[in-house]
Amino acid sequence: MDTYYHPKDLGHFADMGKGIPALWEKFMAYYGAVFAEGALTEREKALIALAVAHTVQCPYCIDAYTQASLEKGSNLEEMTEAVHVACAIRGGASLVHGVQMRNVAGKISM
Amino acid sequence: MPLLIRSLNQRGVPLASGKEQVRLLESPNGFPRFEETIAGAGLHPLTGDHITVFQINVGKLCNQTCRHCHVDAGPDREESMSRETAELCMAALARTGIPTVDITGGAPELNPGFRWLVEESRRLGRRVIDRCNLSVLLIPSQADLAAFLARHEVEIIASLPSFSAAQTDAQRGDGVFGKSIEALRLLNALGYGREGSGLTLSLITNPVGAFLPPSQKSQEAHFKSRLAREHGVVFNHLYTITNMPISRFLEFLIESGNYEAYMHRLVAAFNPEAAAGVMCRYTLSVGWDGSLYDCDFNQMLDLPLDHGAPGHIRDFDPDRLHRRRIVTGNHCYGCAAGSGSSCGGTIA
Repeated sequence: MDTYYHPKDLGHFADMGKGIPALWEKFMAYYGAVFAEGALTEREKALIALAVAHTVQCPYCIDAYTQASLEKGSNLEEMTEAVHVACAIRGGASLVHGVQMRNVAGKISM
Repeated sequence: MPLLIRSLNQRGVPLASGKEQVRLLESPNGFPRFEETIAGAGLHPLTGDHITVFQINVGKLCNQTCRHCHVDAGPDREESMSRETAELCMAALARTGIPTVDITGGAPELNPGFRWLVEESRRLGRRVIDRCNLSVLLIPSQADLAAFLARHEVEIIASLPSFSAAQTDAQRGDGVFGKSIEALRLLNALGYGREGSGLTLSLITNPVGAFLPPSQKSQEAHFKSRLAREHGVVFNHLYTITNMPISRFLEFLIESGNYEAYMHRLVAAFNPEAAAGVMCRYTLSVGWDGSLYDCDFNQMLDLPLDHGAPGHIRDFDPDRLHRRRIVTGNHCYGCAAGSGSSCGGTIA
């Protein structure tokens, strides 16, 4: 193994069902239901997944949901905006914890 | 930097030959041959059902040179249907009740016989489709073209891959998006795309890259919303079409290192329902020189009708054409993937 991540490994995702198929089947049934057209369109769900993929920094998910977003009809402009949403929330989450820092500092400072 | 696209033919590269494309597509690629796959779905051999579309490709001349063009069309192409062949087409059509005449190219409007074909087809009472690249409507010599199409109630099916200028221009050449919007406004002003006008304007979108097209229904709503909001443009229907792995799109796949993955994507997405409804079963495709094909893609791969069906429009015989055996190959995975793909959009 020359690297922990390999693009071809994505095609072996179903190997996670080997030995314990019941859990895999439940996961896939749930997964399929989540991404089906509902109150949100499949296109919107793929964009959310793309943004989350960047938040969890999963290269498999980024690969899969870049392709899925394009195939659901999003364009690069929309997909880039989605990643910026992820970035804003990640950055904002750090920044808002600054309030906690200020609270602690305020409590122990003269 | 301007995007310069030249036809395969003009560059004299091996892929300019349909036979070379077929050789590549049919060589072992690590996936089952299309014939084996349709046999597994109980569809082999694929046969014609009943011809409802008489598609005429009047030639390869085009004012654009799109990167994905399956015709390898462009300003350098000289193949063009003669008046004599056009007359043979109309004589054949008159012998049938085929309801729809679908005129394509190249930019079909640049053929000197285009308007005669439209007038004759309409005189015979047929619905006429013009597969229009939009920018042709702005060429000074074609200043009266849009009004001509409206006067004859020709249905326009126009290519617009995206509501994004960058994506459209990446596929169709610099500045094409702006021209396309200008042409769409011209058509809207004539009534095209407007409810109750009787003038139908449909758009076709092909993916701008090596991936499958989106759901036609959801994408139509998305296109309508964006084009109306950002450009004040309206249209009737959106058709999503898969890029066939042939001609200039095949060259893109190979040069970008996407060929193998794209073919596997098409094969993995094979849908028996889409395969059962492929357009070749309901279409007769006539080439610029009168040769007969099952579809426009077979035409570009030099795969004429076979299995005892007549090969030229002069030998047109509806009885031998309606139930003919279709000529298939691995490129056919493109029409049978996902929701399917045809000149009228998705199938399944």
